[in-house]
Amino acid sequence: MSLLKLENLSVTFGQFRAVDQISYTVNEGEVLGIVGESGSGKSVSSLSLMGLIDYPGKVSADELSFMEQDLLSMPETQRRKITGSDIAMIFQDPMTSLNPCYTVGYQIIEALKTHQGGTKKELKTRAIELLNLVGIPAPESRLSAYPHQLSGGMSQRVMIAIAIGCNPKLLIADEPTTALDVTIQAQIIDLLIDLQKQKQMGLVLITHDLALVAEVAHRVIVMYAGQIVESGPASEVFSTPKHPYTQALLASLPESAAGKARLEALPGVVPGQYDRPKGCLLSPRCPYATDHCRNVVPDNQGPLERQVKCHTPLDTMGRPAA
Amino acid sequence: MLSFIGRRLLQAMFVLLIISFVSFMIQDKMGDPVRQMVGLSVTLEQREALQQELGLNDPMLIQYGRFLGRAIQGDLGTSYYYKEPTIDVIASRLPATLELSFAALVLVVLLAIPLGVFAAIHPKNILSRAVLLFSTLGLSVPIFIVAVFLMYFFAIEWGLLPSFGRGETTSVFGLWQSGLFNRDGLQHLLLPSLSLAFVLTPIFIRLIRAEMMDVLQSDYIRYAWAKGISAPRIYFIHALKNTMLPVITVGGIQLGTLVAYTILTESIFQWPGMGLLFMDAVTRVDVPLISTYLIFVGVIFVVTNTLVDVVYSLVNPRVRIPGYS
Ligand SMILES: Nc1ncnc2c1ncn2[C@@H]1O[C@H](COP(=O)(O)OP(=O)(O)OP(=O)(O)O)[C@@H](O)[C@H]1O
Ligand code: SF4
Ligand SMILES: [Mg+2]
Repeated sequence: MSLLKLENLSVTFGQFRAVDQISYTVNEGEVLGIVGESGSGKSVSSLSLMGLIDYPGKVSADELSFMEQDLLSMPETQRRKITGSDIAMIFQDPMTSLNPCYTVGYQIIEALKTHQGGTKKELKTRAIELLNLVGIPAPESRLSAYPHQLSGGMSQRVMIAIAIGCNPKLLIADEPTTALDVTIQAQIIDLLIDLQKQKQMGLVLITHDLALVAEVAHRVIVMYAGQIVESGPASEVFSTPKHPYTQALLASLPESAAGKARLEALPGVVPGQYDRPKGCLLSPRCPYATDHCRNVVPDNQGPLERQVKCHTPLDTMGRPAA
Repeated sequence: MLSFIGRRLLQAMFVLLIISFVSFMIQDKMGDPVRQMVGLSVTLEQREALQQELGLNDPMLIQYGRFLGRAIQGDLGTSYYYKEPTIDVIASRLPATLELSFAALVLVVLLAIPLGVFAAIHPKNILSRAVLLFSTLGLSVPIFIVAVFLMYFFAIEWGLLPSFGRGETTSVFGLWQSGLFNRDGLQHLLLPSLSLAFVLTPIFIRLIRAEMMDVLQSDYIRYAWAKGISAPRIYFIHALKNTMLPVITVGGIQLGTLVAYTILTESIFQWPGMGLLFMDAVTRVDVPLISTYLIFVGVIFVVTNTLVDVVYSLVNPRVRIPGYS
């Protein structure tokens, strides 16, 4: 059964489409990787799943459902109950995501109390268990620590503890390691994947690290300027990319694996609010662009399981179709 | 933490030393003690002998040392007008001023926090815009206009509240004449404290609103929403504490201006506090009283600022507890 289903989800800020008609599903126990350059709409799309797009941002979709419940039409109170319990999210910068004024214990227990309740003692025991689970040494004494007393890696472990505290069915991790030391990154990813397997959660993993996605994701989505340009099983997308943008990303893999490049695979940047081209959004940067590309928006081609948004998808040799 | 308080106290001592020097200079340059003691009929020689005897010909630093020595023993001179030690004169007026300032502060907190928070949470709401407009106008309206306005309507037109004086007071342990414990005293307190509060409320509303809007944009608030925490908890537990930290610091500095504004308020409402006393002292050129007032106000400044710093460090865990490095 699919946990999460999106059909033609868009997020607009005024005239600007930060997320433009994206569709995908996440199944139980599945790891979905989302990659794409800075500004391609990865964070905005995941925030919209959590109902966290603030005014004046607008979310619209033909379908946005979680376990067959329509998230957009359900009452706000019901949605807030799902948020943080059945669907949990962890953020990019653990050092700024915990409230500096309250202890780690307070923040873990608050989340548990909000969704599950229980006596003070039960909640405390549960918080210690969670800290243990995410590999924090001496958990009892950590409960009274303030966020500024923790390293980045420790803070991220605390965020993960809070996220899995209410046994979510779906976990969204938005660049969970980008702000951390390279040496810590692998540990955090290992922990996440471990927990994902243990609890059979669906995991949406947003990252710039293609090598990581290739390693842990079942399926992958490549985003560009708010759109999904290519999607499919991770192994297929990485061995035989069909979209010129994916191809360019993969060509830059050695650097991105070293954690340096922010996926600046092609010259130029993702078009912003005022400079979106008329035809294919990649056309100003695409090495295969034709006049047709510059004037006509390409459609999605192929079934939802393996889609590409290009007039001339690449063949198995990496050449554009005639 | 202790070393922090120690450092703060040392700074406070230093500031007090400077204040005492300034006030010494005022007494030294503006007053002529000999003339105060003897009449005009005394000869020049006698005068000089007296000057010598009083140590007025000694080097200034020695005179200052003597002044300081007396000051530490609580002797800051004798008021020309009241013929009493200045410190006693001022101390008898201190409760009135402190109660007025305290009441004003309570009003500021009660008004500014809810209004500032509301304006931050609902920036588009018509009420928020009204609050913002009020705080902008409030910044530019001088206090005496507000005071006269309040006095005119509440005291004169509608006769609801008394317009001057402190009303009935009760003695607390024989040390403190308080107007806070009876109806009449509180009624007298209302208009002056309201107009005094009017000076700071707009600044605080704007400050709290701006800080709160900043905090609401922060990662940890967005994360709190993502955890499914309820809106009231997010606003009043997660955001408010972080909002108040900078407000405490800035507010502490503003507290000093409150004391300065009591001079105006007390003059308008004939409130028998230090400020009114000071105005009278200036008209009567009662130099020892003027200089003692300055020292008192200086001490109040230093004490409140030090307290505010200590409170800040107690509230903010990042100051209280050393961090990860
Ligand atoms: N509140 C907002 N108002 C207007 N535009 C916004 C808002 N939030 C995001 N955007 C825009 O939406 C686009 C997508 O941003 P998003 O943060 O989703 O990118 P991203 O793919 O997560 O990038 P990164 O890899 O840097 O995290 C960007 O152009 C951004 O400027
Ligand atoms: S449609 Fe044209 S410009 Fe766009 S990606 Fe395909 S080849 Fe490049
Ligand atoms: Mg992002």
